[in-house]
Amino acid sequence: MSQIGVDTLRKEAWDKVTGAAKYNSDRLESNMLNARILTSPYAHALIKSIDTSKALKSDGVLAVITGDYLPVLTGSIIEDRPPIARDKVRYFGEPVAMVVAHSEQEVMKATKLIEVDYEPLPVVNSINQSISSQAPLIHENIGKYFCPDTTVQPRAGSNLLDHVRIRKGDMDRGWNESDIIIDLKTFLPQSDHLAMETRNAVAEILPDGRVVISTSSQAPFAVKEEISKIFGIAEGDIIVNVPYVGGAFGGKATVDLEFLAYIASRAVGGRKVRIANSREEDISSSPSKVGTESTVKMGATNEGIIKALEATYFVDCGAYAGTGPRMAKAIASDCTGPYNIENVHCDSYSVYTNHSYVTSYRGFGHVAFTFAMERAMDKLANSLNMDPLDIRMKNAISEGDTLATQAKITLSNTGDLKACILKLKESINWEEGNRIVEPNGMIRAKGIGCFWKTSNSPINAASGVAITLNSDGSINLNFGATEIGPGMKTTIAQILAEKMKMDIDNIHVFMEVDTQLSPKHWKTVASMTTFMVGNAVIKAAEDLMEQLKSLAAIVLACTPEELDVKGQRVYLKDDPDRGIQFKKLVQGYEYPGGSAIWGPIIGRGTYIMKHLVPLDLKTGKGKTGVSWTLGAQGVEIEYDPIRYTYRLLKAATAIDVGKVINPKTARGLIMGGMSMGLGLGTREEFIYSDNGMLENTSLRTYKLIHFGENPEYIVDFIETPQIDGPFGARGLAEYGILAIPGALANAISLAVGMDFDKLPISPELIWKTKTGGKYDSL
Amino acid sequence: MIKIAKATVLNLHINGEYREVLVKPSDTLLYTLRNLLGLTGAKPGCENGDCGACTVLIDNRPIKSCLILTVETIGKRILTIEGLKDVPIQKSFVENWGFQCGYCTSGFLMVCHSLAQIHPNANDHTIEEWLQSNLCRCTGYEEIENAIKSILTGTVRT
Ligand code: FES
Ligand code: FES
Repeated sequence: MSQIGVDTLRKEAWDKVTGAAKYNSDRLESNMLNARILTSPYAHALIKSIDTSKALKSDGVLAVITGDYLPVLTGSIIEDRPPIARDKVRYFGEPVAMVVAHSEQEVMKATKLIEVDYEPLPVVNSINQSISSQAPLIHENIGKYFCPDTTVQPRAGSNLLDHVRIRKGDMDRGWNESDIIIDLKTFLPQSDHLAMETRNAVAEILPDGRVVISTSSQAPFAVKEEISKIFGIAEGDIIVNVPYVGGAFGGKATVDLEFLAYIASRAVGGRKVRIANSREEDISSSPSKVGTESTVKMGATNEGIIKALEATYFVDCGAYAGTGPRMAKAIASDCTGPYNIENVHCDSYSVYTNHSYVTSYRGFGHVAFTFAMERAMDKLANSLNMDPLDIRMKNAISEGDTLATQAKITLSNTGDLKACILKLKESINWEEGNRIVEPNGMIRAKGIGCFWKTSNSPINAASGVAITLNSDGSINLNFGATEIGPGMKTTIAQILAEKMKMDIDNIHVFMEVDTQLSPKHWKTVASMTTFMVGNAVIKAAEDLMEQLKSLAAIVLACTPEELDVKGQRVYLKDDPDRGIQFKKLVQGYEYPGGSAIWGPIIGRGTYIMKHLVPLDLKTGKGKTGVSWTLGAQGVEIEYDPIRYTYRLLKAATAIDVGKVINPKTARGLIMGGMSMGLGLGTREEFIYSDNGMLENTSLRTYKLIHFGENPEYIVDFIETPQIDGPFGARGLAEYGILAIPGALANAISLAVGMDFDKLPISPELIWKTKTGGKYDSL
Repeated sequence: MIKIAKATVLNLHINGEYREVLVKPSDTLLYTLRNLLGLTGAKPGCENGDCGACTVLIDNRPIKSCLILTVETIGKRILTIEGLKDVPIQKSFVENWGFQCGYCTSGFLMVCHSLAQIHPNANDHTIEEWLQSNLCRCTGYEEIENAIKSILTGTVRT
């Protein structure tokens, strides 16, 4: 039976419904010490003094650590962030001290006894304030930081971290050819990943100096590399282990608590120390999703063909660079959305503010430009009196077009957008009309949007797979991608089972990642695991089969070419009854009369991204990924014009994934993405007070979508194979989120009859927009 | 009335067994289960009553174990995910893809299991009322809805 396109149950399914699945937060050992941070109550302030004496005397306390102990700067793009603040704090929630004590209770008590004297500074509380010429400097040393990413150019004496430019075609020509020009401004606030398992890490330094870290991370290899680099420890002396991860969504792709865990352990002589965020710390102290503001101007002909796009994006990276500039780059390089636009001018700026610092978040910045582009498309359609769906069809990207980065589009590296749009048209019953006034006065409205995204990965992003075998002929599969929820451990096993033509139950997957045992996988991010590890596992299967055939050829007295593999058996193609089972081969073959040959068979396979080119600093020419999965989405709402409220009726996605490996898993991922997109659209945002304090740091004030608030979900897959993908598959895990906020805003704008270019869209915002906020005494 | 003023050895009834455990008056049940008894199926997600990841059953009713003190459970029957053995909702979650990362799953399972016992004929409204106590960040909830509906009488879906 084929394993591709089959709803194979997750390998870890029964672990997860019995409580047997262990997450890093479940690693509670009696010999562990507990660490906890004290966080800044100010968004921007000088630290005048820290008095730790009372805390040090508190019961059970072993150490109280401030930024002066092991002063280092961290950051994968710009080294600008001390793990514990020194001299000044730059955001509300920043760690200012850390206590290590025996029990959770003792550490909590002692943290409260630390006395910090702050001198508040003027706060940079918005992008506008950040770029104003009078803005206070958040980083006095901005021009002097070391930048591991050599393409970023922080501007000395400013709050500007980086500026990415896209210059494609001839803007003058584009505007000249346009009959109509529309423009808009958008605003998307910062918000949180809100993985249900808060970030947590355990560190220990062994007597011989080896550092052992276990953590809830998407990037165990990055943890190893960063700890090595920052603290000058040989990489081989660092072991990072990651068990099941309780959700991540990009938020665990950066090294964060691992630094603190290491510092804490070092401060207590290498003893094992655990640090775990409370929900409030996870929201306010650890990195969040970027905020963005944009100005978009688009020109088109009367027929609705887009001729020019000029876009400016500002990315609110918060107090430290984090991964912000890389997302700003992603926004610029894919800024057209899946539309063919010949003349593009885009500037994408990363700025510091006194907000939470940021890291990757599902969609890696693509939600921001998708929102702007999809609002722009609807405005264009509106101005031209065209059907919003038709105008997207007319401009849909296709083979032979180029990206804003001038990279070539092929059917294989994108897919068939028109097929997706047509599928969506059917699934959301577009024909019945997109704005319908019901007899009871309610307004049913539909909005749509198209999306695409690529990996924006480093040039050398790579994966490896190692396979060993058991004496019963079953396979052990080991690779470095962490199981954060999308079920990739199972997907990769499916690909292996298909390649080996064997029963997937006989493939045992190493569910954890251990950097000492598992072949490196860049990071479990960018929806690239199936693509990268899938390609590597295919190579590993080929390697394995080649060895098995070579050995079997000796035993069966034939050439390897005459052999085939199926059902854990090697056999002669022309005489399938003649063969030998894996179990007789995998640990070496033993001749009946004695003497043995070969030895344990080990399979290996690797993959590395090919032909990626960094963006040219002046024109943005380059290639940022190997594929751009694309698709179309729709949202249907029911709007109550009396109460200014709305209900979510339907959310639909039609996406070209190349090949669906596991349909139910794929559907689940797309639905989960849509759910997060609806969260961004309807409620999720960081609310900062006038002095930059984050006000909604708990799940009671930071609201998520609850059971029953979800709409009906519709998911359709189009399968235009990616030639270099495993069985034709492209990435899909993040994609459900991408155009949902834009489609929702389009639906609401249409229903209400006013423009909504800012997220989230609450009934209050609708009421204010519609009435100007009058009658609020009622 | 029992008065517990300092750390005391309690005999708690958990998953059908009596377990002796040293409890301080301020310990939450979540803490006792996870840190002292190794029953880590109940998860901390907020420790504030907002997420439901820590849900266990006390005398068959779902309770957020971060919101109840261990001393309050004396003489009550505590059931955690580790005590659920092959009940229909577990299979149903597996077959309906009712989870991704699985971190919210124990909590949802406990709520669903209790719902199925107490309201085997629950209608949509009751299901929603019960399941709104818990949060899942990975799924779109549809899978969880399918899972619970497939074990409730009268709403069996194919
Ligand atoms: S941890 Fe108890 S409700 Fe969230
Ligand atoms: S499965 Fe991850 S939070 Fe529900």
